[in-house]
Amino acid sequence: MDIGTFLIQLLNSVQYGLLLFLIASGLTLIFGIMGIINLAHGSFYMVGAYMAFSLSSLTGNLFVAIVLGIVLSVLLGLFLEWALFTKLYQRDHLQQVLLTYGLILVFEELRSILVGNDVHSVAIPAVLNYSVKLSETLSYPVYRLFISAVCVVLAVALYYVIQKTRLGMIIRAGSANREMVQSLGFNINLLYRLVFALGVGLAAFAGMIAAPVSSVYPGMGTQVLIICFVVVVIGGIGSVWGALVAALLIGLTDTFGKVMFPQWAGAGIYILMAAILLWRPEGLFRRI
Amino acid sequence: MTNDAVLHTEGLTRRFGGLVANNNIAIQIHRGQLHAVLGPNGAGKSTMINLLSGDLRPSTGHIFFDGQDISGFSADRRSRMGIGRSYQKTNIFPTFTVFENCRLAAQSREPHPARIFSNALSYRTVCEAAERAIELAGLAHRAQRHANTLSHGEQRQLEVAMVLATSPNVLLLDEPLAGMGAEESARMVELLQRITPDHGILLVEHDMDAVFAVAKVVTVMVNGEVLESGSPEQIRGSAQVQVAYLGAEDEHHG
Amino acid sequence: MNRASDVGEPVLGAAAPAETRLLRREVVLPLFALVLLAFVPIVGSAFYTEVVTRVMILAIFALSLDLLVGYTGLVSFGHAAFFGIGAYAYALLSPKNEAASLWLTLPAAIGAAAIAAALVGVFVLRTRGIYFIMVTLAFAQMFYFVFHDTDFGRGSDGITVNFKPDLKLGDITLIDLGNSNQFFYFVLAMLVAAFLFLRTVLASPLGRALHGIKVNEHRMLSLGYHVFGYKLASFTIAGTLAGFAGYLSAVQSGFANPEILSWHQSGNVLLMIILGGTGTLYGAIGGAFVFALLEQVFEALTVHWQLLLGLTIILLVLFLPGGLSEFVARVIRKPVREHADDE
Repeated sequence: MDIGTFLIQLLNSVQYGLLLFLIASGLTLIFGIMGIINLAHGSFYMVGAYMAFSLSSLTGNLFVAIVLGIVLSVLLGLFLEWALFTKLYQRDHLQQVLLTYGLILVFEELRSILVGNDVHSVAIPAVLNYSVKLSETLSYPVYRLFISAVCVVLAVALYYVIQKTRLGMIIRAGSANREMVQSLGFNINLLYRLVFALGVGLAAFAGMIAAPVSSVYPGMGTQVLIICFVVVVIGGIGSVWGALVAALLIGLTDTFGKVMFPQWAGAGIYILMAAILLWRPEGLFRRI
Repeated sequence: MTNDAVLHTEGLTRRFGGLVANNNIAIQIHRGQLHAVLGPNGAGKSTMINLLSGDLRPSTGHIFFDGQDISGFSADRRSRMGIGRSYQKTNIFPTFTVFENCRLAAQSREPHPARIFSNALSYRTVCEAAERAIELAGLAHRAQRHANTLSHGEQRQLEVAMVLATSPNVLLLDEPLAGMGAEESARMVELLQRITPDHGILLVEHDMDAVFAVAKVVTVMVNGEVLESGSPEQIRGSAQVQVAYLGAEDEHHG
Repeated sequence: MNRASDVGEPVLGAAAPAETRLLRREVVLPLFALVLLAFVPIVGSAFYTEVVTRVMILAIFALSLDLLVGYTGLVSFGHAAFFGIGAYAYALLSPKNEAASLWLTLPAAIGAAAIAAALVGVFVLRTRGIYFIMVTLAFAQMFYFVFHDTDFGRGSDGITVNFKPDLKLGDITLIDLGNSNQFFYFVLAMLVAAFLFLRTVLASPLGRALHGIKVNEHRMLSLGYHVFGYKLASFTIAGTLAGFAGYLSAVQSGFANPEILSWHQSGNVLLMIILGGTGTLYGAIGGAFVFALLEQVFEALTVHWQLLLGLTIILLVLFLPGGLSEFVARVIRKPVREHADDE
């Protein structure tokens, strides 16, 4: 591998890792704060991607589609929390797994009914549809850099919220301790609803900005879900920074694995996970 | 430090963040002797039991059982060595019968996990040990009841019966009388007196009358440290203990 | 969860009328169901015989998961991995142009599943709760990719086996597995055997200890049980039995492909035992049949039958968390005795 290819693969893995982080951070917050295992989290990513496809063909502009999509996905999150997840807080994990498994089936079939089972591509917006030259022979698409940049901005924003706000204080204390949350003047039900909607919004947003590079296809949600589980397991449940580190680690493993050991790339990240489980079964980071 | 104690500690310390829950504790438990630990809430009594039983690991210091350093041993290993404990907060198998609770406890002494084609009830010594423990704890008339249908006091009795069923050499009892009625308490005190000759017992208890009735040695803990240790008479007469604990004792019974 | 978990313990003393009820429930009803099943090939068409065979194989799979979920308290979302390994072991060991011997391939498949389960168990059992669910799912996905991506598993099309295995003693064919009626009875016998095996294990010291771990793991530790070892035993037995089910499945269908160890398969088997009610064994078998029935009915209604399935699951969790066995118990015995939760 020459230095140019290496650089391109490095940029790809960072972009992929950051995207995974957006999805996994919501997943890990929902685990950490609400104690809920949400298998349907990957479906939100899929919903986002399909919204990017449908809304951008409707409006003709990906950015408008993204703004609309964020609003819709947050509304979806608020609705689902109100209609289903509130019923799950007192239930055991088995029931949570099952209900959210049912949700996946519902989302997949709705997708099939509404949009069909074809693979679609989403056009890169004209303003970002060019490449930068890395060397004489190599260039890199600006849209991928744009994805990374947006993810970094969101990561910094998340950092600010968690470190500097009262909401973040609760998140850092990191639990569903009713009394503590209420003593800080927060309505816990509202907190749960917001955290959940935030998670849905982040996952859907990741799907929307990823749509032009990954294309839009059935099953994309569950594929990303399982990888995000690996991110959360490696990073430590409830730990946003753990999720960031783990997501980048997985981005690197996956991207370079595909180049170097194509047959074993799919299994690579799981082997990484197994190694980390032996070393630190609770994940790399304990909290936030 | 004498080493004829069956269980003893040296410099046992446990910190939780900045809080020192147990500081430099040296305590000895001898066979045939009941050693009571008194102290206000938050004195670190339960922490000490958790350290001795292996539910918690010490920050520094050592625990010796029959002269062997067991500080790093897991809770299950210590139990197998003969250190049995009961919990302050009832910790039983609520959906099992009283008999099954104690049978499972007794089964831990001859577990036979590989004999998957044998019936658990066919192990006579296990069943007998369970029945003996139930009888000792005064629950014979409840043996076939589901544990979650017992009264609170009876669940406390079951808690102790389960420890007895594991035939321990040393018993660590964390407030076994809490929540018991007068009659049940009296029976438990009698039970403790009956089993003391063959066991080393560490008893954490708030009930002063019971403690002074059964204990041969009393240790008073305050703020994670041993304030004083001695015979019940010495403790009763200690001005230091009066000031630090016994005088203020009423406050802790609310 | 699992309000019926203590039902299967006749020792735990019940009054005389309860004993006859127990007899009826533990002996008469299952025998009746068994006789009914035995008539399927005689009365039903070849198609239904094959469908019911498939469901019985799934029931063995579900039984194996019930040992983990219902009796050890370990919610595995990756159980299909061992099912798939059993199936692939059979497919990989079967020669191309002649029938394989069952005496060779079956022990190999079971052994492969057992080894895989024990190895995976060492990793996943270091975690608990939500972690355990995610990690089991992830490990199953790893096996999926191993079979899907490598030459070893022959990619997404999987491996086709052209001949049914021989079940011979010397030169005498004991059972012709290619005959769908004979295969049906073979699988039925295996289902009964798996059920009796699990019942025996559950009544053994090991089984009792596993149940104790489900109800109160912490106390089991302080009573001196080597909890990790017990969980590993449970995980390995469950994985082995799942591998056996996978073997039968591959024998019936004549192929092994990555889809049989996909996470859908893990989700569906979990759904089966919850449909039937966890921790009852009967529930696992009943759940497999109900699941198959739902699948048939929904597929007949619409191509988007998974939507109906998904909605059914959601409604089930919201309104019938204890599964069908709890529902039946509620209907049959009006005043249900309240049990506190296991957890």
